[in-house]
Amino acid sequence: MAAPSQRRIIFKHIDEPGYTNDLACYVRNGGYEMLKKAVAMQPAAIIDEVKKSGLRGRGGAGFPCGVKWGLVDRKSGKPIYLVVNADESEPGTFKDRYIMHQDPHQLIEGIMISAWANNVKQAYIYIRGEMPHGARILEKAIAEARAANFAGPNILGTNYSCEIYVHRGAGAYICGEETGLIESLEGKRPYPRIKPPYFPAVLGLYQCPTIVNNVETLCHVKHILEMGGDTYAKIGTPNNTGTRILCVSGHVQKPGYFEYEVGGITLGQLLNEVCGGPLPGRKFKAVIPGGSSAKILKFGETFTLKNKDGSSRTLAVEDIPMDFDTLAACGTMGGSGGVIVMDDSVNMVEALANINAFYAHESCGQCTPCREGSLWMKKITNRMVHETARPDDGVLLKSVADQIAGRTICAFGEACSWPTQSFIAKFGDEFKGYADAKKNEEAAPLV
Amino acid sequence: MNLKPETLKRIDEVIPHYPVKRSAVLPLLHLIQEDAGYISKDAIEWIAAKLELQPINVYEVVTFYPMFRQQPIGRRHVKVCRTLSCALLGGYKTCETFEKEFKTHRGEISPDGEVTIEFVECLASCGTAPVVMIDDDLHEKVDVAKAKALSDQIKAEAKKR
Repeated sequence: MAAPSQRRIIFKHIDEPGYTNDLACYVRNGGYEMLKKAVAMQPAAIIDEVKKSGLRGRGGAGFPCGVKWGLVDRKSGKPIYLVVNADESEPGTFKDRYIMHQDPHQLIEGIMISAWANNVKQAYIYIRGEMPHGARILEKAIAEARAANFAGPNILGTNYSCEIYVHRGAGAYICGEETGLIESLEGKRPYPRIKPPYFPAVLGLYQCPTIVNNVETLCHVKHILEMGGDTYAKIGTPNNTGTRILCVSGHVQKPGYFEYEVGGITLGQLLNEVCGGPLPGRKFKAVIPGGSSAKILKFGETFTLKNKDGSSRTLAVEDIPMDFDTLAACGTMGGSGGVIVMDDSVNMVEALANINAFYAHESCGQCTPCREGSLWMKKITNRMVHETARPDDGVLLKSVADQIAGRTICAFGEACSWPTQSFIAKFGDEFKGYADAKKNEEAAPLV
Repeated sequence: MNLKPETLKRIDEVIPHYPVKRSAVLPLLHLIQEDAGYISKDAIEWIAAKLELQPINVYEVVTFYPMFRQQPIGRRHVKVCRTLSCALLGGYKTCETFEKEFKTHRGEISPDGEVTIEFVECLASCGTAPVVMIDDDLHEKVDVAKAKALSDQIKAEAKKR
């Protein structure tokens, strides 16, 4: 079956010849019209539209955006903050980068509409430190928006004011975790906070109610307002609404970023047709569908899923629609939309060693199971590759991973265990036989 | 502390962005590192005084975040992405190429003082792997040949100085 065509809403102008990231170009293309519409609406009506849209967060967890907004404590009398999570750092994810560099005003408009809807007095964009140009582009765009009265004091002649500031991170993955990000924004080490009681909606930045949303999520808000929540909800599939950007990297002919209706394309169509299939002479071996912490899928495995009417259906990896719920039912997740593909040149022990090195480097060190466990997993896979591999190393690795997940303050514990758990579950034989396995000299070193 | 007037100006601009002064720790560290090249003990004490904190409050931040450094580096900073998508397409060979070209090892200043090469984690440009940042600029699809070309460019720019 031929792949459906892209539906570019968020990425409509990305890579468009002649489209520039300045205010004039954005306004020429209908920019800030939705902010004008928003300030003529009751804030609660906008929140209703977002709830009706079914929009789920595009940062990783897929939490419904309207529900998140609904949880904000509006009775505390404290200011409400909006924090934009632009700390894009989940391996395999590269979508927010293009929005911020090429279409920053789309993000700013999304921020201002969301700020108005939630009576936010102050917004911060927390951008990763490794995007210095992105930070400068956003600062320039904010200054332009402010000069045109789309941000800052008395927006569009109303008595509503909201400033946006750019805050640069400094290379720590854990700042993508929302409470870690808040600690970082407060000028501290980004140690995630324990929930309860520190739900950002109640006790967030400076112990005030705080909304933390991903860049792509906030851009969707603008389009929800444009088409109405009900119409937006018809895009995609029920409970998996709208479009989302899928980022494909690794062993495919044509890697890149593609925007599809959620669940509107299968993994097989995406990799074989859109991305041109495997590299010459190679076959697909495995794929991580939602950023490196998502559990790996093995080509050749099948999933039997229950339908709503009680019957069941069997899906091959290629048949899985790229939505939130089906990927979850197949034991993995849509996560941040980062699809990493590995072909048959890859040794899975070495691939896991690469991932383990990442998580050992990025564990914040606050919780013992994660601090020690992530390091042990790295040491074991490194020893397997560079020194001696023992037949029962897979069992050892799994036991370490099993003792991290569920025992930490934040979801990093799961994020660092899921790769090990799923690699061992699906490629256990490679771990058992690694010592005797023949080295593929052509394959790129991974560790 | 001997900071440029422009840095001091930007420091005074950024502090009021936050209702709590402590939030300005990261922006101040970035500004001072850009100005001075690294974060010295004096800088830590200076920031602490400026933001009415104890030096340990600043020091613990410096030691946590990978981008802050407490010693000088080479004139150019080459960051090669090490993470999976880049590694699958040859990131390790890219890094080795830079090391050979400048006769150095990752994490060290090259003998001519020109570069510090570093292996870093995911730079969020996985679709154009392998990627490398040289100072503030991202370079895409940096295979061995392109790593050599970029090295030559750095060497040529060094000669002009």
